[in-house]
Parts: sequence; structure tokens; C-alpha cells
Amino acid sequence: MATDVVPRRGVPADRAQLVQWMQEYGVYLGVTVLLLFNVAFTDHFLSTENFRTQAVQVAPVLIVALGMALVIGTEGVDLSVGSVMALSTSLLSLYLGYGPLAALLVALVGGAAVGLANGALVAFVGVQPIVATLALMVGVRGLALVLLPQLEDVHDPTMATLGSGDLVGIPYVVLIAVALALLVAFAVRRTTFGRQLLAVGDSRPAAQLAGLPVRRVLIVVYVCSGVLAAVAGFLATARLSASDPTSLGNLMELSAITAVVVGGTSLSGGRVRIGGTVAGAALIQLLNATLIKHNLSPSWTQIAQAAVIVVAVYAARERGRR
Amino acid sequence: MTVLKVRPPAVTPAARTEAGTNRGERLSALAQQHGALVALVLLAAVASLSFDSFATGDNIENMALSSAFLAIVALGMTFVIITGGIDLSVGSVFVLGGVLAAWGSRHGTLVALLLPLAGCGLIGLVNGVLIARTRMAPFIVTLASMLAARGVMLNITDEGATTYLVDKNSLFIRLGQDELLGIGIPVWITVVLFVAGAVVLRRTRFGQHVYAVGGNEDAAALMGAPVARTKIIVYTLSGLLAGLAGALNAAWLASGVTILGFGMELDAIAAVVIGGTLLTGGLGFISGSLVGVLLLKVIQNIINQVGSLDSAYQQVVSGGFLVLVVIAQTWLGRRQQVI
Repeated sequence: MATDVVPRRGVPADRAQLVQWMQEYGVYLGVTVLLLFNVAFTDHFLSTENFRTQAVQVAPVLIVALGMALVIGTEGVDLSVGSVMALSTSLLSLYLGYGPLAALLVALVGGAAVGLANGALVAFVGVQPIVATLALMVGVRGLALVLLPQLEDVHDPTMATLGSGDLVGIPYVVLIAVALALLVAFAVRRTTFGRQLLAVGDSRPAAQLAGLPVRRVLIVVYVCSGVLAAVAGFLATARLSASDPTSLGNLMELSAITAVVVGGTSLSGGRVRIGGTVAGAALIQLLNATLIKHNLSPSWTQIAQAAVIVVAVYAARERGRR
Repeated sequence: MTVLKVRPPAVTPAARTEAGTNRGERLSALAQQHGALVALVLLAAVASLSFDSFATGDNIENMALSSAFLAIVALGMTFVIITGGIDLSVGSVFVLGGVLAAWGSRHGTLVALLLPLAGCGLIGLVNGVLIARTRMAPFIVTLASMLAARGVMLNITDEGATTYLVDKNSLFIRLGQDELLGIGIPVWITVVLFVAGAVVLRRTRFGQHVYAVGGNEDAAALMGAPVARTKIIVYTLSGLLAGLAGALNAAWLASGVTILGFGMELDAIAAVVIGGTLLTGGLGFISGSLVGVLLLKVIQNIINQVGSLDSAYQQVVSGGFLVLVVIAQTWLGRRQQVI
């Protein structure tokens, strides 16, 4: 289910065709290879429990990556997502007294506000996305810690159900992530907004000249990213049944960018692949799980992840050429 | 041609030529170049009037010493940013440098100094080669190497559980803790490096290439400037300096601390930007970055002096301050002719 809206560019040579095929489907190939490897060499891999654990672990990363895919589609990047998760968990803890729904709303508003600030800096002031979101990444993490200085337990039956309950064997967390992925895929493929987003990412001046609401599109995209990160923060809090603004969402921006890039979305914008992003998130999760199950320490997973990023971006680089 | 570069809204040719002789334009150029220095002087003046303990010798010495490590990192970052790139790996490389130095100090001072320089310079070299030869976006390459450097560091320290100590009687530790004329050795090293950096950037062919690559990469290539080589040198330099800063920090603390220093890339970028170097490349200066570092440290010191505020506020203030500076820079940049 590649969400590929840009028509394929004709490349004559065989090698070029192979490169293009790898760009399109390399991530699925990677997931398949890892799955086969694990089936063959990892004990207890083919159990429902294992797949459930993997799916639950990957869900927050995937939700953040969906927003990141939209931002990257506009030739931007959002480094503040991890801090937004921390802000979300802080706000949740503070407002849980008014009920989980009210707390969720406050958290979402918080995420939207950060996204709005990012979007305004990028769209109206004209700051580079990486710098604008870097500044907010620092500031928002501080804000989250000011609001909630230390770890706090979250005791709420609704959130506990949401975090660990399931529907016909599939955890709620996973269902929510899948629903959001379908929603974002629909928005990218089938709505005017999706078309405008890709046009802005392809060429901002051209989109401007064509009379598209460039600034509005950019702001909406960053707000979406902020809100999705807040949802991820909410779900992570529900699963851990604790709010920990110090560590929640640390390096999340990196995981999300990796998932998006590995999934074949080019960093030069104009293209969003939601199917690839889902597969990219799964690939990273499987890779980590494989290394851990074969008793390699976490430091190796970081080195492996770095290598995967470089290879994926290197492969996607040809597409960025115009 | 960085992929993520978003150009400021188009300035019409007419506006450009008109702006050339405008007085307002000269003023905004002045504000951009010396705004940070003015802010630093004002802030220091206010702080020394408000807090008795601010303008004391001890406090100033402390600030200078703790600024030194960040300043060395920011020096490398200045070169990178002037070429239009960015180096997000310096925080992790700094930590790795410290750990390598502490680990190597058991085999003598020379190893303690050369090992971090070799390791961190290698990371910078890989960054540079990947960015220059494959034309991948600097931010993604250095993001990956940030992760890799952290992985290597964790690997050496048994997943962060082992902290290597520096022998109290070694020559290496004196590099971090001794004083010359009442001023710490790291501060002297920083001063020397900044003078050397300024000379290289202003007075050598390489320095001109750095500006040319950042101003317009294609034009620089057409003029015959060695674009790829310049980029590779710049990222290697950034890695080397981050490693050196980490090593000196380890000597100062007498141990290779595994947790301090992550996120330093943000402070370094903030300092460079506050100092008036444009993130779009092609324009910037070394002295501004030093002022930027001092400004950040003074703000941090003031927050500590207030006492009732905890360190989380410092992140809020740093982030907010960076936003303000970037807005001001973009606004000033629009008013003047930037090549």
C-alpha cells in the first residue's frame, strides 16, 4: 500500500530500475528478511505474545512518525516531537483530576500549541524548520519539567484499560495507531489538503505562484505533527501508568525520522509514503528486537540504527535529484 | 545544496539594489553583528548590580572555565554553519572524547590526548566524506553519527555502567586543572584556538573557500574552489574540536563522565546563531560565537543566582531566547543584502 502520488519517473538503464525498485520496496524486503531470519534463528519468535509486545512497543513511534512523514513531505523536519510527548505526559498528570478525557484534551491542545508555534516560525518568519523545531525542542522539554519536576504514578482505571486492554486480542494502543495511519494515508491520498501538502513540498515557490495557501498548509502540517506526538505521549503514559517527563520521548525524533526515511519518503519533500513509514517503523522495531534477543547490548542497536539510517538516506538520495 | 534549506521569501532585484545604500540596512547589519555583544554587556552589568556574588573573581573564573568547553565545540560548529551545514553529532562526540581520554590516560598523557582526537576526528571525517561525496543532508548524516558515537561510547563503558577515572598524579589531569597566571589552562587553550580560528577563517585561502561554499556552492565549484575538500575538512575539524573539548573536560573533572554533554549540540548551535552567524551559510564570524557562548553562560549563571528557579527553567529560557534571536536574525537579514 505505497502511498505514492508522484508518478514514476522513467529511468532507462537496468541498474537505475533496480535502484528505483529498491527505493520503492526495499523496506518491505528488509522487513521480510528480518522476519524470516527470526523465524529460523530466534526461539519463541512465532508466538502471539511476542507479536503483541512488538506491536505495542512500536505503536507510539509509529504515531509520531505519521506526523513526521507529513512534515518531511513539506521539505521540513520536526525535532520537537519528543519534547511534545514529555509535555503531553506532564499536562496529563496535572489535569487527570478532571477526568481522563479532559486531561487528554489539555494534552492535545498543548501539542497543537507547540505545533502552531513551529508552523508560525516556519511559515511566517521563514526560519529553517530544523532550527525552529530545535529551539522548541529545548524549550518545551524544559517546560514539561517545570510543570512536573519528577516521575509521578498515574492511577486511572480508564487509562489503565486503554494502556493494557485489548479488543479481540489486539491491544487498543495498536488499534489506535492503525486507525491513525489509515486516517493520515487517506488525508494524503484523497483530500485537497494532501495534494496541497505535496505541492508545497515539491516546490514552495511554484505552489505559491499557483495560488495555494502555502502558509496555512505548513501551519496545519506542524499542528498535526504536534497533536500526533501528544497522542503518542498520552498512549505511552497509559501504557507505563506513570508520567516521566525526564525520559519520555527522548530520541523519539530520531526514531520517527528513521522510520519515515527508511520507509522511502525523501527528505527533499514532495512525497509522502504512509505504507512505507509503517513498514519503516516495523523494520526498526524488528531490528532492535532481533539484536536484543540475540544478546547484543543496547549500544549495538544504536550503532545498527545509525547504519540503517545512512543506508536508507543514501538509497533515497537519487530520488531527490531534479 | 542542503536539502532542507528553505530560502527566505524572495527579495525583488529592485529592492536589493535600493537597499544597497540604505542607512537602515547598515544599522541592521550592525545590530546583527554586534547585537549579542551589546546584550552581553548589558546583561553582565545588570547582573553585577543585582547580585553581589556575580562580579566576584571566583564566579567569573568559574564561568570562564565552564564556558571554555562549550566554546571549543562552538568554534568547530561555526565553521560548519558558515559552509551552510550543521553538525548534530558534537554532543555525543564530546562525551565520547571524554571517555576515550579517561580510558587512555592509564597509558600516559600522550595516549589520553591522541586517542580522543583520533577517534573523534575519524567520526568527523566520516561525516564530511558522506556529506561531501554523496550529497546527503548534513543534518541526517550527523544525526546518524550522533547515534553511532553514543553507541560506541556505551560500548566502551559497559552500557554506561563504568566511569573511567583519570589518575590524580598524571600530567594529563594538570591540563584541565592547572592554572597559568591565575587563569585555567582550558581557558588559555580556548583563547589560542579562537585566535587561530579567526586567522584561518579571515586570512587563509581555506577560510575564503569556507565562505564561498556557504554563500553559493555551485558558484564556488564553478570558480574552482575545492567544495568537497572544504566540507570534509570542516566536519573533521568539528569532530576534532568536540573531541578535544571532551578530553579537556575529562581532565578537569578527573573522570570520563558518561552522562554530561548530551544535548551540547543545541547549546553550540544556539551560541553560533546568537553570535550572528547565518544558518543559511556564507556569513558569520568567530568572535560572535565566543560572545554567544558567554551570553548563554551568563544567563545560566543568573538563573543559578536567583536560586529559587531550578535548572528546567534554564532550558525554557534558552529555547525562548533562541527563538527570539532567530526571529530577529531573519528579520534583520531581510532588511539587508545578504549574498
